[in-house]
Amino acid sequence: MRSYLLSRLWQSAVTLVLATIVVFLGVRALPGDPALAFAGEERDPASLAAIRAKYGFDDSLLLQYWRFVSKSLTGDLGRSTRTNIPVTDMLASALPVTIELSALALGVAIVIGVGAGVVAAVRRGRPAEWAANALALLGLSIPNFWLGLMAILYLSVATGLFPASGFVSFFEDPISNLHHLVLPAVVLGTGLAAVVMRQTRSSMLEALGADYIRTARAKGLGPQTVIGVHALRNSLVVVVTILGLQLGGLISGAVVTERIFGLPGFGKMTLDAVFQRDYPVIQGVVLVTATAYIVINFLVDLTYSLIDPRIRLAGVPS
Amino acid sequence: MLGSQPQTGGGKNAAAASTGRPVLSVRDLSVTFRTEEGSVSAVDSVSFDVEAGEVLAVVGESGCGKSVTAMSLGGLLPRSATVTGSVLLEGTELVGASDRQLRGIRGDDLAYIFQEPMTSLNPVFTVGRQIVEVLRLHQGVSARAAKSRAVELLTLVGIPSPARRVDEYPHQLSGGMRQRVMIAMALACGPKVLIADEPTTALDVTVQAAILDLLRDLGKRLGTAIVLITHDLGVVADIADRVVVMYAGRIVETAPTQELFDAPQHHYTTGLLGAVPTAGRRASDGRLQEIPGLVPVLTVQPDACTFAERCPAASDRCRTSRPPLAPEENPGRTVHRFACWHPAGSEEDR
Amino acid sequence: MTQTSGTTPPETPTVEPSVAGLATMGTPPGGETAPRRGRVWRRLRRNPLGVVGALILAISIATALLAPLLAPYSPAAVHFDAPFQPPGTVGFGLGTDDLGRDLLSRILFGLRASLEVGVLAVVVALAVGVPLGLAAGYFRALDAVISRFTDLMLAFPFLILAVGLAAIRGASLGNAALAIGISQIPGMIRVVRSETLRLKELDFVAASVVDGAGDLSVLARHILPNALSAVIVQATVAIPVAILGEAVLSFLGLGIQPPDPSLGTMLAEAQQYAARAPWTAIVPGLAIVVVTLGFNLFGDALRDALDPRGSRR
Repeated sequence: MRSYLLSRLWQSAVTLVLATIVVFLGVRALPGDPALAFAGEERDPASLAAIRAKYGFDDSLLLQYWRFVSKSLTGDLGRSTRTNIPVTDMLASALPVTIELSALALGVAIVIGVGAGVVAAVRRGRPAEWAANALALLGLSIPNFWLGLMAILYLSVATGLFPASGFVSFFEDPISNLHHLVLPAVVLGTGLAAVVMRQTRSSMLEALGADYIRTARAKGLGPQTVIGVHALRNSLVVVVTILGLQLGGLISGAVVTERIFGLPGFGKMTLDAVFQRDYPVIQGVVLVTATAYIVINFLVDLTYSLIDPRIRLAGVPS
Repeated sequence: MLGSQPQTGGGKNAAAASTGRPVLSVRDLSVTFRTEEGSVSAVDSVSFDVEAGEVLAVVGESGCGKSVTAMSLGGLLPRSATVTGSVLLEGTELVGASDRQLRGIRGDDLAYIFQEPMTSLNPVFTVGRQIVEVLRLHQGVSARAAKSRAVELLTLVGIPSPARRVDEYPHQLSGGMRQRVMIAMALACGPKVLIADEPTTALDVTVQAAILDLLRDLGKRLGTAIVLITHDLGVVADIADRVVVMYAGRIVETAPTQELFDAPQHHYTTGLLGAVPTAGRRASDGRLQEIPGLVPVLTVQPDACTFAERCPAASDRCRTSRPPLAPEENPGRTVHRFACWHPAGSEEDR
Repeated sequence: MTQTSGTTPPETPTVEPSVAGLATMGTPPGGETAPRRGRVWRRLRRNPLGVVGALILAISIATALLAPLLAPYSPAAVHFDAPFQPPGTVGFGLGTDDLGRDLLSRILFGLRASLEVGVLAVVVALAVGVPLGLAAGYFRALDAVISRFTDLMLAFPFLILAVGLAAIRGASLGNAALAIGISQIPGMIRVVRSETLRLKELDFVAASVVDGAGDLSVLARHILPNALSAVIVQATVAIPVAILGEAVLSFLGLGIQPPDPSLGTMLAEAQQYAARAPWTAIVPGLAIVVVTLGFNLFGDALRDALDPRGSRR
């Protein structure tokens, strides 16, 4: 277990360092003078020089990189060239919205995906499997932003059941908060649910055909225990891995979903920054995303090894 | 034909008339699978008895229906299988029993051991938990009592430092140890019948012998009847009291072990034993070649001896008329019976 | 449990026991031979969903290629006298948008753009992913390096990548395809790597190594051809993902720029007046659903045909 975790930790660290280099070089790859990009509206030579001095664009790349990393580590990601608000502060207000949305969507995806996947595997060759497969196929084929548009059109605008846009903080009004997030979470979770369902189904089928399932049945265990304990526990190992790999899709989906439902989260911040060419913000957003991805996937591996004793004890990924 | 024999009651009475009462009595057991290509018969009118403490070996090549027979006894076959006939476990009919009833019997009175100890235990649970599970299910004991019983069982099957092993996962044990765990799990509730499906095939030769010793020893000590499914006649010679030889879903010969080895009658048995040279029809390792895939005769039910195509002594009669398992009286008892028109030992015995 | 009639075994279905071996007969492990190809084709044709998928694909590809011939109008042609015509209007089969542009024409050209991005993205993924996957699977020394590279790419979700590319190089069809393609490289590497690892162990590959065949020749002659079916399946499932990606990026303004027709930009424009003219949002969306569904159906059938037990991951 320790050697496995150490090697995963080391790999994650290497990836993280590489990611910071990519982000750093990405900003330097901007066409033209980076100072110009960071200057925003003020373009007189004096302020350009000031920016150049402030960001140290005239220093060696190595020194600049070092400064970038050490500043990032202390939470200093620069300031928006539009509003002059520190990027860290912007993230602090935007991220909670996105994290809540993503967590709810993940919940939707797991409940629907694992549930439907188990049903499809257990009811193999029957209408229930057919229906689950068809839903998964639709879930994979329907763009979530279109689903969002349709949901707004038919569930918000037409019936007024749900608010079409806007956000209320959970701490101000939990009910209203959830009311605003139900549709976005379902829309964001649908595609992921389809992926989870397919993975659950195939790993459940594999588990159900395994010798240890025959043993469990030979012991006289009922179907609930055989499926819900013996087969599912083994299938979850694979499903958890898939969730880690789908994180990128979840982040991308969150950006789009926030845009459609007008949620003031990370996605809105990102898109605004791109259209306003607010480079410090873009840099901060990309850096935070990459870091989050790497850290969360490390945590997923931790979970993975907790579920599967073969990894926990021997350190051999199966 | 075996089909004319009396069903449930008759078999039981016939059994009681002889040496002892069988704990497991199988009569006219047939299994067919529904497939895309139609109905396929895998087991055809199989009958045998097993007494307490007795070891009955069912031998044959892969595809001969021996494992399907084993699985059908406890109702473990997939939905596509149709089972007919009768399986009496201490007077309780298992064929046609409800799922709930079968679940109550499996793991309790009727236990299984399978071929692959590497994969037959669930990799994500400790061996202790897997033994405790069956104890709590059938005996309703407390978690604590079940745990200490699990340690006792591990001791019984000869696992060193059982108190420590009980908390280990299957991957931490060797193949032989895992099979011992399987045996401990199977014996946990003191079953009347233990069905061991190729229990030693996947193990090293030295480990095989130890496991067989353990099985025979425990069977005699606990009075458990053992149905041993195997393709290995060495295993049969080691442990079995009686043998049933199956070919293409049918019993072709049955006899006490010693008699079968000394005077095999069916040409399939002699082929298996390598006792009689079967000019060019044998594989170089002295065993008949494994039949690839499904034995083709299973899809149809010809009025013929199923072995005729491969038999050195086959005549026209074998191809047009099916030999009964004779003599037909006292079915399932310890007499020597075989289904052949031209038995191998006919010059001496008949 | 309910009482089941006859001798039906308990609830839990199992895979047929190996003794009965009925369902899985005659599938040699890893037998990539010529008769196999014929069998794959037969299996594919026997799968009705796969046939439907293939039909959808053929029709969408044909209409995309022939868009200039099939479209009744130029996709940019505005008809100020006929805004917001509902589907079924004479002359505008699928209706018009706020500027009176013909939705059918715009969808045909939008589909063309979608497929263009889909193909470009997959070409990027193939061009980088296949060589790296082969190298990672074949040369042990490179495996760790390439794994880090894969991890690195995964750390930048495709939308974030697209945001970065749009920031650096501007938003365009090419950059959208590049962002999507890069995001599909890790998946391609993984598939090719695992196939290479599997094939490397097979006897005929080992034999040619013993015979003194060079690494490149083994890779080109033995491993790549046999890994091809897995690559094709991966590419087939990558294209609909790319099509959805293009729609998302164009919807957000990070892909194809208006007035160029794209299903994504059509939906972005429709968002403003969808309540008044819902078909402007429904019709392009359905077009995306149908095309991606076609690819997904075909991809699934292809996967099943190549590997009926679905054990490959």
